[in-house]
Amino acid sequence: MLLIPCPWCGPRDEAEFRYGGQAHVAYPEDPAALSDEEWARYLFFRDNPKGRFAERWNHTAGCRRWFNVVRDTATNEWVSA
Amino acid sequence: MTSHHRRHRRPGFGGEPLRFRFDGQDYEGLRGDTLASALLANGVRTVATSAALGRPRGIYASWTEEPNAIVQIEHPFPEPMLQATTVELYDGLVATGLTGRGRLSDRPDPARHDAVHAHCDVLVVGAGPAGLAAARAAAGSGARVILADDRPIAGGSLPDTAETVDGVPGAAWASAVAADLAGRPDVRVLSRTSVFGYYDDNYLVAVERRGEWGGQGRARERVWRIRAGRVVLATGAHERPIAFADNDRPGVMLAGAARAYANRYGVLPGRRAVVFTAGDSAYAAARDLASAGVEIAAIVDVRQAPGARWDGAEILSGHVVTGVGGDGAVSSVSVSDGREIQADLLLVSGGWNPVVHLFGQAGGELRYDEGIGSFVPRSARQALEVAGAARGVFSLSGCLEDGAAAGARAAEAAGFRAPPRHPAPRASDDGASDNGASDNGASDNGAPDADEPVAFWLVPSGDYRSHFVDLQRDVTVADVVRATGAGLRSVEHVKRYTTAGTAHDQGKLSGVLTSAIVAHAIGADIAQLGTTTFRAPYMPVSFATLAGRDRGALHDPVRVTSLHDWHVAHGALFENVGQWKRPWYYPRPGEDMEAAVLRECRAVRQSVGAMDASTLGKIDVQGPDAAEFLDRLYTNMMSTLKVGAIRYGVMCRADGMVFDDGTVIRLADDRFLVTTTTGNAAAVLDWMEEWLQTEWPSLRVYCTSVTEHWATVALAGPGSRDVLAGLAPGPAVDAASFPFMTWRDAEVAGIAARVCRISFSGELAYEINVNAWDGLALWEALHATGAVTPYGTETMHVLRAEKGYPIVGQDTDGTVTPADLGMDWVVSKKKAGFIGKRSFARSDTARPDRRHLVGLLPADPDFLLPEGAHLVESSTLPEPPVPTLGHVTSSYRSAALGRTFALALVSGGRERVGERLYVPLGGEPVPVTVTHHVLYDPEGARRDG
Amino acid sequence: MRDFPEHPDWLWSSPQPKRSYDVVIVGGGGHGLATAYYLAKNHGITDVAVLERGWLAGGNMARNTTIIRSNYLWDESAGIYEHALKLWEGLEEDLGYPILFSRRGVLNLAHSLQDVRESVRRVHANRLNGIDAEWLGPEEVKEVCPIVNVSPGVRYPVLGATYQPRAGIAKHDYVAWGYARAAAAMGVHLVENCEVTGIEVTGGRVRAVETAQGRIAAGTVALCAAGHSSVVGAMAGVKLPLQSHPLQALVSELLEPVHPTVVMSNAVHVYVSQAHKGELVMGAGIDAYNSYRQRGAFHIIERQMSAALELFPIFARAHVLRTWGGVVDVSPDASPIVGPTPVENLYVNCGWGTGGFKATPGVGWCYAHTIAHGEPHPLNAPFSLERFTTGALVDEHGAAAVAH
Repeated sequence: MLLIPCPWCGPRDEAEFRYGGQAHVAYPEDPAALSDEEWARYLFFRDNPKGRFAERWNHTAGCRRWFNVVRDTATNEWVSA
Repeated sequence: MTSHHRRHRRPGFGGEPLRFRFDGQDYEGLRGDTLASALLANGVRTVATSAALGRPRGIYASWTEEPNAIVQIEHPFPEPMLQATTVELYDGLVATGLTGRGRLSDRPDPARHDAVHAHCDVLVVGAGPAGLAAARAAAGSGARVILADDRPIAGGSLPDTAETVDGVPGAAWASAVAADLAGRPDVRVLSRTSVFGYYDDNYLVAVERRGEWGGQGRARERVWRIRAGRVVLATGAHERPIAFADNDRPGVMLAGAARAYANRYGVLPGRRAVVFTAGDSAYAAARDLASAGVEIAAIVDVRQAPGARWDGAEILSGHVVTGVGGDGAVSSVSVSDGREIQADLLLVSGGWNPVVHLFGQAGGELRYDEGIGSFVPRSARQALEVAGAARGVFSLSGCLEDGAAAGARAAEAAGFRAPPRHPAPRASDDGASDNGASDNGASDNGAPDADEPVAFWLVPSGDYRSHFVDLQRDVTVADVVRATGAGLRSVEHVKRYTTAGTAHDQGKLSGVLTSAIVAHAIGADIAQLGTTTFRAPYMPVSFATLAGRDRGALHDPVRVTSLHDWHVAHGALFENVGQWKRPWYYPRPGEDMEAAVLRECRAVRQSVGAMDASTLGKIDVQGPDAAEFLDRLYTNMMSTLKVGAIRYGVMCRADGMVFDDGTVIRLADDRFLVTTTTGNAAAVLDWMEEWLQTEWPSLRVYCTSVTEHWATVALAGPGSRDVLAGLAPGPAVDAASFPFMTWRDAEVAGIAARVCRISFSGELAYEINVNAWDGLALWEALHATGAVTPYGTETMHVLRAEKGYPIVGQDTDGTVTPADLGMDWVVSKKKAGFIGKRSFARSDTARPDRRHLVGLLPADPDFLLPEGAHLVESSTLPEPPVPTLGHVTSSYRSAALGRTFALALVSGGRERVGERLYVPLGGEPVPVTVTHHVLYDPEGARRDG
Repeated sequence: MRDFPEHPDWLWSSPQPKRSYDVVIVGGGGHGLATAYYLAKNHGITDVAVLERGWLAGGNMARNTTIIRSNYLWDESAGIYEHALKLWEGLEEDLGYPILFSRRGVLNLAHSLQDVRESVRRVHANRLNGIDAEWLGPEEVKEVCPIVNVSPGVRYPVLGATYQPRAGIAKHDYVAWGYARAAAAMGVHLVENCEVTGIEVTGGRVRAVETAQGRIAAGTVALCAAGHSSVVGAMAGVKLPLQSHPLQALVSELLEPVHPTVVMSNAVHVYVSQAHKGELVMGAGIDAYNSYRQRGAFHIIERQMSAALELFPIFARAHVLRTWGGVVDVSPDASPIVGPTPVENLYVNCGWGTGGFKATPGVGWCYAHTIAHGEPHPLNAPFSLERFTTGALVDEHGAAAVAH
C-alpha cells in the first residue's frame, strides 16, 4: 500500500488512486500524419525503466485529479511530486 | 491435577486452573500457560511426529520459532498446524499432535475477523526492554506512539529471566512501564499483536489475537493496518541451534526456552540437564534452572576457556555433545570426552540471531557480524530505527540505552522534540537481556571473547544423517551437503533442494545455520553467502483473519436500484452486472425461464412492457466546450445535435476498438447527458476526465456522474404511447409532436420527469427518467394501469438482438471496430479527428476478412445455438487444429420470429450473407445460414408505433 | 511421507565463461534454460552460454504457481500453449529428471452470464484446436472439486466452469534443474552471478554482451529476461511494448489433501492448487503500478484471501506461511513477443505476463528454432513485434487477464 503524494490532498493510500502509467506522453497533434510505426509507438510503447520513472496517478477516490510524480521503480521510493 | 513439573507461579502470571485435552488425555494447566508450557508441566515430552522421517518430536523453543511441537486444534474449532508454544491455553481446549500435515474442517467457521486502520508518528515493534525504552522516549516527546508486542504481557524476554531493573524484577518493571504508557492519551499499547509485514512507505500490518474464547460478535483476530511516520524495530533475537547427532529428540531444547519455561511459566522442562553451549548466556539459563530445581549435570562448552564461570556444575570446556541416548526422548547425553551423562534434558545454545525479518522485509540490507556470528542490519531503506538485540546489542543495560536512544531519534525524525533523557534504568545484567542472552560470546561492548569461537554451528561427525538443520522439514546436514555436492552454490538453491526454512519457522532457527553449513561445505564465506529473502508474514496468519469482514455479502458491495424491493417482491430473478443486481426475468408460477422470456417478449412486441434501466451510467457533461469535447470522444458528430434531440453514439479507445456506446441527450447548448453501458459507467467517466485533464485542459468542460440521481424506466411496445398519454396528459405524444430521438420534460403520474423517445427494442418506446426517490412511485403508477408487463434483462437482450443491436462486451470483446459491427454510419467521415480514428487505417483493421457482426439462422428453426459456439466452413471437420471463422455472440428463441436465431462475429461475414456455415458441437455439425444482423423489422416500421 | 524423488548427485557445474559463444542467452530462468536445451538437442548448437545475473532460475521460475494448461482462447495462443502441454507430458522422460508433473485438471470458473458466454466460447475454440475442454455446470464442478462453494447464495455464484483434464501442475524448481542439468550435460555453459550490463551492437548487428564477468562475444544474443526485458532490450536500443509489474503469490502450511485439481477464477480472482506435499499454493493479483521490486502490496493479499474464502470456505483456518512476489512484463495484448528484433541476430522472448511457466517447453522449443533458423517457428510467428504496428494483436485479455 504505497503512500502516494497527491499534490492536492496530501499523501493518501494507494487504494484511493488509479495508475496512469508513463507521464508526458502527449496525444499526437495530427494522428493522420503519422506512419503506422509512429502510431504504434504512441499506442503501445511506453518507457519501462528500472529506476526513476515519471508516472501519472489519478486520485479517483479523492479529488479525482491527475498528477505526475517521479518514483524509483527499483525501490518504490518517491523521488519528487 | 498438579504436576511435579510445576513450580509455583510468579505473581501476575495467572493461576486459574484450566482443563484441556491433548492426544486424547485430559490434563490441567493454568491461565497464562501456553499449550506447550502446560504439556511440559504435565510431563508430556513427545508431542508430535516429524513429517518425513516419522521421528518423535518434543518442545524445542518457547515462542514463534518453534519447529517441532506442531499441533492441530480440535475444539472449540478445528485449526491446523499451530505451534504449541504460541497457543494460549484456554479451558476446554482439545488438541492433537501432528505428523507434518494439518486438517481443515469443513464446518463453517463461526468466528469473526476484522481489520482496523491506525496512524501514528512512531510505531515501536516489540515491548522488550529496548522497545519499552523506545516507546517511553518517543511518547515523552508528544508523538503519537503505538507499541505492539506479540506476547500477552510486556517485557519481551524479561519474564523469562530473573533479572531486575531499577531493583524490581524485570517483568514487574516492564508491566509498570507498559501500564504507564497505556495510560497516556497519545499512546496505544497493543499486546498479543504480532507485526508480521513491513511494506512500502512504512505501512506495517499486525494481527491482534483477541481470543478464541471471546464473546459473541467479537472479532477473534484483528488485522491492524498501521501507517507509521517512523518505526522502531525492537524485535529481539532468536537463540541459534547447533547441529549434532539426534539433535531433534524430545528433551533437546534451546537453553533460553528452558529458562523461559522455568521463569515465565514456573515449569520444569526436565529433571536433570546437560547444557551444550558456545557462549555465556546458557550459564544464566543453567543458574535459573538450577535454582528452580533442575539438576545441572554438566555444562559442555565448546570454548577452551569460557568467559563465564559457574560452580554449580561441572564445566567440560573444549568439548561438544556428540549425541543423545534414549529410544524416544533424551535419557542420556554423549560428550566428546567419551562420557555418557544421564539426563532427560539437553539445553542447547549456539549463539543468538538478531530478529531482522521485518528489517529485511522493509528492504534493509544486512551485514555479517563476526562478533555475534550472525547477520545484523547494515543500512535501512525505510524510515526506521533498529534497537537492542535486533541489532546485536544483547546486554540488558545496553538494550535499555539503545532503545531509549532509538525512541528519541524516531520521535525527532517524526518532527517532535525529544524530551530530556530519563536516567537509564539500572539493570542487573546478571546474565540475561532483551532476549535472554546477555553474554553469548559477546561482552557488553560487543567485542567477542578473546580467542574463542563465537559462532559454533556443527559438531563434526562421520555421518550427518541425524544432524538436523530444519527440524520441521526433517532436513539434515547430510541433505545440505548433498545439495552442495550436486553443484548448488546459492543458499536459495539449497533451500529449494532441501526445503530447509520453508516450514512454520520460515528459517527463524534454520536460516543462519543453513547458510553456515553451506559456507562450510563449499569453503565460502558466510558473509558473502548471506541469507534467503525475508518475506511476510513473520509468523503464520490464517486466511480468515486476512479476509476479515470482506466475506459473503460484504465481499463486494451490492448496488441496487430504487425499484429493487419491488422486483424482489414480484419474484424477479437477478443477474449480476458488475456490482449491480439487475432483474433478469420475472417468472410467473409454473413458468421456466424460456416461457417467462417468451411471454415478456410478446408483451413488448404486442402491447407494452416496462424495464428498470436505472443502472445505465449517466454522466452530466457541461461547459462551453462540451460539444467539441464529445465530438472528440465519440466516433460520430455530437456538436450538430439540437437541443431537445438525442443521438446514439459509439466511443472507441485509441486502438480503434469499441469501448462503449449509449445515447447522448442535448439539454442545452452547453449541456449534455451521456448514457453509458451499466458496466462501463465508471470507466467512461474516468476516460472523459483523463482526456480533459491530461490532453485538453483548455476545454471548459465539467463531468459529473448522475447515475444514481435518476431512476430510469424503459416503457416499450406499441401500447406505450397510450400508457404514457394516460399518465402524462400534458405533452402531445403523437409521433409528429414527439418524434423519435427527442426528449421532453413532462409530468408523468404527477412526477417531474424527463421523457426520451428512444428504443432499444425497435418498438415504439419511451425512457422515463425521474428522481431516484420518485422511481418507485412512477413504476407503480405504470403498473397500476394494468397494461404493463415488467420485463428483465434477458428479454431486453432478445429484443435488441432481433433488431441487430450489439451489446458492448457481449457482441464485442475489445477486438471489434464499429465497422466490424456494420456501423460505418456511426463513424463520422466529416470530423477531423476522434479518438481511435487513426487506428482504422492500420493494415489489420482495414482487412476485408475481419470478423463482422452477422445474423445466423439455424437450419432447424427450433435449434438454439449455444452462445460461444464457433463456426467452420464445412460440415465435415478435418483433424485439429481447425481454424475458426468466428463465434456466436448472442443466441435466443424469438417469439416475434417464431424461431431461434443468433448473432455472430464471422470472418468476412457481410460477404457471406446467404452462405451456409456449420457449428460443431460434438456429433454432426449444425448447419446455419448467415443473414444480415437485423432480423426483425429491418425497415424500422415499428418504432413510431 | 517423504514421497519426493531422490535428486541425482550432480545437477550442473559453474564454469568460468569463455570469451565467445555462438549463442548467448541472457537470462537463466526456465525459458532461457529450455531454449538452451532445445538448441543443443534439436539443432546441435552447443556453443551456448546462459548468463544469469543471480542464481539459476531464481526469477519468475522460482516464484510462479506452477499451473500448466493450454486452454487459451485464440488459435495462435492455443497453438503454442498446446505444443508446450504436449511437451510437458513427456518432459520427465525427455529430461531424465523428475519434474512431478501432476495431471489433475484445471477448472476456470464462471460467475456471471458474461463469464459463461466467454467460457463456452473458449471451450468450443479449444476443441477445434484439439485441446481437451469441457463446460461443466455447478454440480459437475462440485464433482470435480468438492470443496468449491457452488451455493447460489454467495455474492458471485459459480455458474459453471471450463474444465481441461490434461492440465496440472509441476515442481517449478525441478523443471529448471532438469533443463539445466540436461543442457549442461550437452556442453551448454550455465553462468550464474553474471549480470549483463550492456549489449554491443555495430552496423545494426549484435556482437557481444558486457557482463559482470567481462565482455563475451556472441554470434547471436537471445533475450530471456522476463520482468527485465525492457531493461535488457534498451541495452541494444530495442524498445519493447512492455510494462513490468509485481505479481504476488502465497503458500500455506502442509495440509491433508482437500483440493484435487486446480481452480481459477477471474471474476472472484483466485487461482489455487494443493501442491504435492500438501501446501495450498495460491496466486494473488497484479499490482497496478510499474515496479521491479519483487514484492507487492498487502491489500492485494487481503483481497485475495477474501476471494479465496468465497469459493473455498474450508480454507478459513489455513494459514499463510509465506508470500512473495515476482516481476512480470506485460504486453498490450497480454500475449508474448517471441522473435527477431530490428537488430540483426538479436532475438527477444518476453511479454509472457503471467503465462510464462506453463509455456516453458513450448517457447524453449520454438525460440530455439527461431534462433537456429533465423526465422520464427510457425507457432511463434504470430507473436511478432510487428503486430503492434499492423494491429494484428492476439488479445488474450478476456481469457488471460488473470490467467496463470
